[in-house]
Amino acid sequence: MSTSQTTTTDHHPALAHQFDSMEQQQEASTFGMWVFLLTELMMFGGLFTAYLIYRLKYYPAFVAGSTSISVSWGFANTLVLIASSFTMAMTVWAAQNGKRKTQVWLLLATMVLGTAFLGVKAKEYYDKWDECHIPGHVIGKGFNAWGGCSATDKSLGNIAEEIRDPKAHGNPNVTEVSAEQTAKRTEIFFSFYFAMTGLHAFHMVIGLGLLAWLTLRARSGEFGPAYYTPIELGGLYWHFVDIVWIFLFPLLYLISRHQHGV
Amino acid sequence: MSTATAIVKPVMPERHFLNDNYGIRSWLLTKDHKRIAILYLFSITFFFLIGGVFASLIRLHLLTPNGELFEADTYNKLFTMHGVNMVFFFLIPSVPAVLGNFLVPIMVGTKDLAFPKINLLSWYLYMAGGTFSMAAMVSGGVDSGWTFYAPLSSGYLKTHVIMLAVGVIIAGFSSIFTGLNFIVTVHRMRAPGMTWGRLPLFVWSNYAASLIMILGTPVIAITLILLALERGFHIGIFDPKLGGDPVLFQHMFWFYSHPAVYIMILPGMGVISEIVPCFSRKRVFGYSFVAFSSVAIAVFGFVVWAHHMFVAGISVYSALVFSLLSYAVAIPSAVKVFNWTATMYKGSIEMSTPMLYAMAFIGLFTIGGLTGLFLAALGLDIHIHDTYFVIAHFHYVMVGGMVTAYLGGLHFWWPKITGRMYPEAPAKLAALITFIGFNLTFFPQFILGYMGMPRRYWAYPPEFQVLNVLSSAGASVLAVGFLLPLLYFAWSLKYGEVAGNNPWQATGLEWETSSPPPTHNFHEIPIVTKDPYAYGEDAEVTVVH
Repeated sequence: MSTSQTTTTDHHPALAHQFDSMEQQQEASTFGMWVFLLTELMMFGGLFTAYLIYRLKYYPAFVAGSTSISVSWGFANTLVLIASSFTMAMTVWAAQNGKRKTQVWLLLATMVLGTAFLGVKAKEYYDKWDECHIPGHVIGKGFNAWGGCSATDKSLGNIAEEIRDPKAHGNPNVTEVSAEQTAKRTEIFFSFYFAMTGLHAFHMVIGLGLLAWLTLRARSGEFGPAYYTPIELGGLYWHFVDIVWIFLFPLLYLISRHQHGV
Repeated sequence: MSTATAIVKPVMPERHFLNDNYGIRSWLLTKDHKRIAILYLFSITFFFLIGGVFASLIRLHLLTPNGELFEADTYNKLFTMHGVNMVFFFLIPSVPAVLGNFLVPIMVGTKDLAFPKINLLSWYLYMAGGTFSMAAMVSGGVDSGWTFYAPLSSGYLKTHVIMLAVGVIIAGFSSIFTGLNFIVTVHRMRAPGMTWGRLPLFVWSNYAASLIMILGTPVIAITLILLALERGFHIGIFDPKLGGDPVLFQHMFWFYSHPAVYIMILPGMGVISEIVPCFSRKRVFGYSFVAFSSVAIAVFGFVVWAHHMFVAGISVYSALVFSLLSYAVAIPSAVKVFNWTATMYKGSIEMSTPMLYAMAFIGLFTIGGLTGLFLAALGLDIHIHDTYFVIAHFHYVMVGGMVTAYLGGLHFWWPKITGRMYPEAPAKLAALITFIGFNLTFFPQFILGYMGMPRRYWAYPPEFQVLNVLSSAGASVLAVGFLLPLLYFAWSLKYGEVAGNNPWQATGLEWETSSPPPTHNFHEIPIVTKDPYAYGEDAEVTVVH
């Protein structure tokens, strides 16, 4: 039996004992991250599938729900996230080129943008609270279609009335249910709105934690041309979370706008 | 070779992974895949025993037709906790997390799994999940059935459904991380010369199971999260009262939970594929067919889930398609059974304990698999749906198949793990008792189910009593069969004969290193030059020259 020590013999301090070389370590780690993202994809996929099934089932209610959320805030957030993806990608570049300070600043910029996204999201959630669009009757002031929060009970009912008119969108199925029923079914839209954006926001929070940890490590000069795998993996995760939003934004905010003529 | 082993008594290696380090920290903070495997061994044995206690109480209760032992509510909790413990905390982790964890890195010829810290994390997640599940159990139990069907679980039950669901979700992530580790290790860390075509079949089947773990488990996670949201916040998702769709819950649940039965059985099939060639002293018949049938089972497994829902109100057309696809799974499964028997054909078979378990597996799995086809038949399923026929079917696959394979594998690799042999005579006796006890427990249930006894009922008509008593009697025999190995395995740790590197004269990299292996598995990373089942190869070579 002979040995297989064919590759590099210089021991980088970051080389873990189970790997033969830095290349093997980087390949394995990156591959592992992709596999992990695949599981994430399946997790969000389950949620997206359920959303699409209910969208087909309760189409007018989903149009009503969709039109009641703010496209401008959603669009602003999309820009913020794309910008954060850019700074994250630049961080990888900075690490590959051994620019320690640039790495730290870019990571901080990414974190600021991520936090800004969450801030906007919090503002949107607060608006939903104010409009009595929190589904269920455990949190919030009661969903308006179920009689909670009667002062602002108008918004969804009005939209529902409007899309009930077949001329507004040309879907004959809509006339089969009453405006009140449609308004009640918007609660399911909001169940998914909060579940999907909530799960996404949860991933953002974890991402911010990861970035903070990477910032500390980058500050101590751990990453350079020879070793930048953690930055690259953090970047992959961050981009994945962004891409989820790229799908969430049209599915929740945009997809039904034209039906309602907003 | 054999004369050499007869003269020189094997000695324990001076340094190995078990004595490399001492103390509780060296175990709880270990990153060695072999030590983590042993942590898993103890913890899954614990959950197996808990699940077994519930099973015994169920069988005790069913001795009499009128349900005299437990209240109906208590009975519901018993079968729920039996199912949850056995499925999520024993069957799913059993072979992959114990034997797979120990063997996959050694079999592919590397020092450890790709991500040792994540491997340790996965054990802690498993324990955290187990803690939640135990907490749900001691604070009053859960009575939803292991299937968590909504809206029963989300809207009606007063028990700790959310706590249990959280436990299952966390345990699910432990399984995802195990699968991730295996996949990356198999792809990126094989020893030089260890081509895909030379991978042991045990690795192939764990690889296939890992694919299901990483693709299926996140779906059950999101399903149970939605269930918990509906239950916790009364938002409408699955409950028709709130506008939800209960059939969607079943689709999402079975999208994972059907493939999950292949997470449970595939690694067991891998164990059998190692034992059968070894004790037949023959190269495995049709290596690539056995290898690819594992992958085929994993792929087909993802498109058959709705055969659990033939009476749930799905359309006739989709039922037809799902029925057809379910039949298709039988093909790769049969390929395996035929290839194992073909391997044994004209082999010099040695009836050692692992081989007894392997042969039991082949027979019992065949019965379990074929009765699965009964259930995949649209017409017949309506008659036997949710009866004891279903219970008997999946216990033939899960206990007769998986638990048997697990025990066979444990005996086969016990000398490798501990460096000592288990005592052969009591082990053979235990295998025999398990086989008899198992059939006595579950065969009557086929008849009961066919006669119409529904599953999960707390009482039954008196004419079913004889078969139920038989089944309960079998369960006590089975319990003896399961407890015996605990005793003699413990005994062997101190008094067992020293095994030496390769007590079975088996091929495969794990037998080339010492028993127990050193912490880094090999003193030098091996270079692989032949396939893993080169039995009788040396003899052929001498003939040629």
